[in-house]
Amino acid sequence: MADLSAVRADSLVKSFGDFRAVDGIDLHVRQGEIFGVLGPNGAGKTTMLRMLATLLPIDDGHAEIFGVDVRREPHRIRQLVGVTGQDVSVDEDLTGRENLRLFARLQGLTSTRAKSIAGDLLERFDLQEAADRPLSQFSGGMRRRLDLASSLITRPPLIFLDEPTTGLDPRSRGQMWTTIRELVTDGSTILLTTQYLDEADQLADRIAVIDRGRKVAEDTPDALKTQVGDSTLQLRLADGSDTALAVDVVRRLLGEDPVLTPESGRMNVPLSDPDRAADVLIGLREAGLGISSVSVAKPTLDEVFLTLTGHGADEPQMEAAR
Amino acid sequence: MTASTLTPATRTPQRIDPSAVVARTTSRSSLQATWVQILAMAWRALKKMRRKPEQFFDVLIQPLLFTAMFAFIFGGAISGSVSNYLPILIPGILAQTALTVCMATGVQLREDMDKGVFDRFKSLPIARIAPLAGPMIADLLRYGIASVLTLLTGLLIGYRPGGGVVGCVAGVALTVIAGWSLAWIFTWLGTMARSAQSVQGISMMIMFPLTFLSNAFVPAQTLPGWLEAFVKVNPVSHVVSAVRDLFNDGAVTAEVGWAVIGCAAVVAIFAPLAVRSYSGKM
Ligand SMILES: Nc1ncnc2c1ncn2[C@@H]1O[C@H](COP(=O)(O)OP(=O)(O)OP(=O)(O)O)[C@@H](O)[C@H]1O
Ligand SMILES: [Mg+2]
Repeated sequence: MADLSAVRADSLVKSFGDFRAVDGIDLHVRQGEIFGVLGPNGAGKTTMLRMLATLLPIDDGHAEIFGVDVRREPHRIRQLVGVTGQDVSVDEDLTGRENLRLFARLQGLTSTRAKSIAGDLLERFDLQEAADRPLSQFSGGMRRRLDLASSLITRPPLIFLDEPTTGLDPRSRGQMWTTIRELVTDGSTILLTTQYLDEADQLADRIAVIDRGRKVAEDTPDALKTQVGDSTLQLRLADGSDTALAVDVVRRLLGEDPVLTPESGRMNVPLSDPDRAADVLIGLREAGLGISSVSVAKPTLDEVFLTLTGHGADEPQMEAAR
Repeated sequence: MTASTLTPATRTPQRIDPSAVVARTTSRSSLQATWVQILAMAWRALKKMRRKPEQFFDVLIQPLLFTAMFAFIFGGAISGSVSNYLPILIPGILAQTALTVCMATGVQLREDMDKGVFDRFKSLPIARIAPLAGPMIADLLRYGIASVLTLLTGLLIGYRPGGGVVGCVAGVALTVIAGWSLAWIFTWLGTMARSAQSVQGISMMIMFPLTFLSNAFVPAQTLPGWLEAFVKVNPVSHVVSAVRDLFNDGAVTAEVGWAVIGCAAVVAIFAPLAVRSYSGKM
């Protein structure tokens, strides 16, 4: 049983009316890894997690968690998975400590053990001071921490984290990353979703990129990044410049096409080596092309998307705005 | 349960072994585990009540106000005098107050279910009945307070129940049981309806005919024939008659039997419906 997969899902489907929010996704999460699901708003990340967590019925397809069938044995699945959803799911009318005690009691711990585990978790998540205050006085970051703590009471072997760091400041985000790594050291497997490539890059052993309910790529962070380039030269040509000529110049110098963004005159040039930025700039100058702005950046999720799907991550919104 | 063998999250000398956890899983909560879960949910509901005492307004105000108001307004007209009317009225008010508490059960459940914490309840390995039955256990307190308060108000304005202490205790107990049973109807509504407002609206539509088209405030024989027929099959009428028999005569009559059977039937029908509809919502 050593090579048992944590999650094995085949062609999962979920429709809301005519709309297919999850449209045939395969997922294979190995034991002991951090698996990142990356995708823009509305890609279907939450819907997929909720199906796997038995919070939404699976319309079609098959899913197993540690070999247990999700559709047929929901009660067993709930004993295997700790879920930290995108929206905080703790009781606003109770204190932090009362929340943890309630969830512990519900999962069959005796009341003394429930008390001691609540104390331990509050300490571990740095919530002791606020422990006995009503949740309405908690900051967003404290709520998130309490939410995660609530998922860990019985030390589940698989943990779902839906956008665990959205809305956290950089320091809290760093702490959350550390906590997530510790969970893996303890032997848990993590399935997390994120909108940030750098988060997936920092944490995940493997990443699936999801777009409009479909999986468009799955690989290690390094492999994904090489497809996009380690860093990106973002250029805006001066008004009236010949974009086609600029594309030719880049192709001649780097052997690769730049990615044109929907904004006119703007292009992103994937660079495997940031040093090549200078070559491109000189090449453009020699071709007589003016540049109005230039920057070198790490690839963003949007660029991963442009590269992988040929459309921008926020394109639906842009279409709606026009 | 198995979970009690786990080590706390901070002291973790042992690595988690997924296949061992899989082997320990059960395919449903045992009866005993379910009972513990229901009590934990009741504990949560009591904590919330303590923090929001305004929830008790209905069980405090209504018995006081309605008892006094109805007694002095209708007493003379219906029974010739206030003191003659009280033996009819007090059990009626009890039933009406219990139904009001029931209604609040459904509305509050609906409000509660819209909160984020219900997502966690659904993701935990707990019996689906626990989040529904837990608050209803806590509500026993509300039925108790409402019934005792109504009775006390009655005593204060001159009610002298013939059934004595035993009859009164039995009558209050029957009211609490009836309230708890009928609450399953409103819990079911709470799991079905789209919003708390709609639960409120539908509940009102059910509650008014149930209380006013019963023998709660007027003797059934004073009504026109077609209305009397409905009043006689209305389960609330049976509860009211049963409580009257207990309060006024200390007698366990056939009405008491009918009331208990009616309550059991309501639970047997609506508890499974409520659990089914709640489980289907995910
Ligand atoms: N209950 C629902 N009814 C109808 N449509 C829904 C429902 N839940 C989700 N959707 C739709 O399904 C799509 C996928 O939503 P989902 O929440 O899974 O996206 P996501 O990837 O988690 O996005 P985000 O990054 O914003 O959290 C969206 O277009 C959303 O509008
Ligand atoms: Mg989401």
